[in-house]
Amino acid sequence: MDKFTTLTGVAAPMPLINVDTDMIIPKQFLKTIKRSGLGKNLFDEMRYDDDGNEIPDFVLNKPQYRNAQILVAGENFGCGSSREHAPWALLDFGIRCVIAPSFADIFFNNCFKNGILPIVLPQEEVDKLMADAERGANAVLTVDLENQTIQGPDGGEIAFEVDAFKKECLLNGLDDIGLTLQKVDQIDAFEAQYAKQAPWL
Amino acid sequence: MSSPKTLYDKIWDAHVVSEADDGTCLLYIDRHLVHEVTSPQAFEGLRMAGRPVRAPEKTVAVPDHNVPTTPDRVNGIDNEESRIQVEALEKNAEEFGIEYYGVNDVRQGIVHIIGPEQGWTQPGMTIVCGDSHTATHGAFGALAHGIGTSEVEHVLATQTLIQKKSKNMKVEVTGELPAGVTAKDITLSIIGATGTAGGTGHVIEYCGEAIEGLSMEGRMTLCNMAIEGGARAGLVAPDQKTYDYLKGRPHAPSGSDWDAALAYWKTLYSDRGAQYDRELVLDAAEIAPVVTWGTSPEDVLPITAKIPAPEDFEGGKRDAVARSLEYMGLTPGTALEDVAIDTVFIGSCTNGRIEDLREVARIVEGKKVKDGLRAMVVPGSGLVRQQAEEEGIAEILKSAGFEWRMAGCSMCLAMNPDQLAPGERCASTSNRNFEGRQGRGGRTHLLSPAMAAAAALTGRLTDVRAL
Repeated sequence: MDKFTTLTGVAAPMPLINVDTDMIIPKQFLKTIKRSGLGKNLFDEMRYDDDGNEIPDFVLNKPQYRNAQILVAGENFGCGSSREHAPWALLDFGIRCVIAPSFADIFFNNCFKNGILPIVLPQEEVDKLMADAERGANAVLTVDLENQTIQGPDGGEIAFEVDAFKKECLLNGLDDIGLTLQKVDQIDAFEAQYAKQAPWL
Repeated sequence: MSSPKTLYDKIWDAHVVSEADDGTCLLYIDRHLVHEVTSPQAFEGLRMAGRPVRAPEKTVAVPDHNVPTTPDRVNGIDNEESRIQVEALEKNAEEFGIEYYGVNDVRQGIVHIIGPEQGWTQPGMTIVCGDSHTATHGAFGALAHGIGTSEVEHVLATQTLIQKKSKNMKVEVTGELPAGVTAKDITLSIIGATGTAGGTGHVIEYCGEAIEGLSMEGRMTLCNMAIEGGARAGLVAPDQKTYDYLKGRPHAPSGSDWDAALAYWKTLYSDRGAQYDRELVLDAAEIAPVVTWGTSPEDVLPITAKIPAPEDFEGGKRDAVARSLEYMGLTPGTALEDVAIDTVFIGSCTNGRIEDLREVARIVEGKKVKDGLRAMVVPGSGLVRQQAEEEGIAEILKSAGFEWRMAGCSMCLAMNPDQLAPGERCASTSNRNFEGRQGRGGRTHLLSPAMAAAAALTGRLTDVRAL
């Protein structure tokens, strides 16, 4: 996983609530056995018409947002299915940070496993960043994970919260499985005691 | 004396391998269910790192999302990508020593149907699967939730998950359900009341007389949609119905193990005085047969209601409703009962069990599906299908004009050939009405099997109580 330290980039505004994982990456693209290559189908049904042509009004098709690295969205972003294809598609497109008032649980976790930082902020601060994002390529945001701040285009700073363990993993690009396997003795001990308590399992 | 615990607290505490100062825990996982869509990258990760599956005997694999549901599937899967995914699962199961129910095995079916059916799902367990509807297994008093593919790989490699504990939420449904009202109506009504983010950060325990009154099938329907309310998981405390359901299943404990397990299961309830972070009480008598009208499962109304207008809502929901109504092709003020449909889909991990099919058969027996309507019944597993054939249900459904399919996820998510055409409108017993969920441009109305049966007969959304 790539480290996430600081990110400076264009933020794309998506002022929709309940953006679900079927919107982020429709089911027909889940048939892959790879993690890569999903960026072209990110938001497929909103981004392309029935003939596969780009819909010019869709935010990521607009020239100023084609290289967006940050997404600013409405509440309950990423609701629905557990498909990790959703963060894979965002990452493959180039988006490393999503800012919203709230996220669905599984999607939120999946982001951290892929070097994407989901940031929860109060609605009024999201509204402000949304207004910044509407200004397009002139409104670059800087996300600093170490210091947990977002710097707006006009110099204003917004602080955000992040789980300490998840922050550590992102900052260092740590592999969860490798970390857990360092505790294999504890897992062995748990299993041995558990097998006595619940022999039917 | 220790402080009173909720059912969730008890299951959580029994599975903590280690806990860091900040509350991040390593949680032991008892069962891992695997399907073809969210697992190939996880197995590939194991191979690349040279890691084995730590506990293959606690893992079971089945293809469900991609499989066609027409009988000619015995000849193989036409779609190349789907075929490759299913073949990859079979190969991975074999390579890593995992029990596998292939497409032509009668035990094949939707992963959340076969877990309970085979007795893999038991009270007090932690159960995960790379699928959000893993919440289904909470019906047995198991802590069960969906995970992403990275976590699938983590569980395969370590039999644990890195987790922080969620909050406790109690949803109590008091009293008795009125006639014509089912578990599906309860679960949709709860989401209607809380919203799709209402349960975020919580594990919901469902309780109360109406919940106790549900069969195991009904409880599975209820817990299945906990995720649609944003909750990490849903739970129902196990009782005699749970034990009776499990006894004798292939992977359920037997002999002295059964007695030991049963003694433990009987300790799985929330203690008197246990604290919840959030509580919601619904009166069963107030619940009506419901349908969804929009593109979020929270867009729920009783069948007797009219389509709302964007102005009836505030904030971001107002724009979302305008978008939904346009997508759904609906006009505010239209009576839900006047909405004509093209397709009826009965199946999915929400409502593809034997009781659901019995309910449909009871309503359509001796009657005919409305002319020109496509109506499809997709049993949740090969064994459900077999049982329905033995009980004469299949014959009733076929005589009424339903297509009688093989087991799979089918039109619930349309990753297989079963899809809606653009603009087509479907009365569906599945769990999600998102844009494009059942096929690009397809329009989904979620409802119970009884309501779907009623809609199949009239060709429009229909109050089953009036039939």
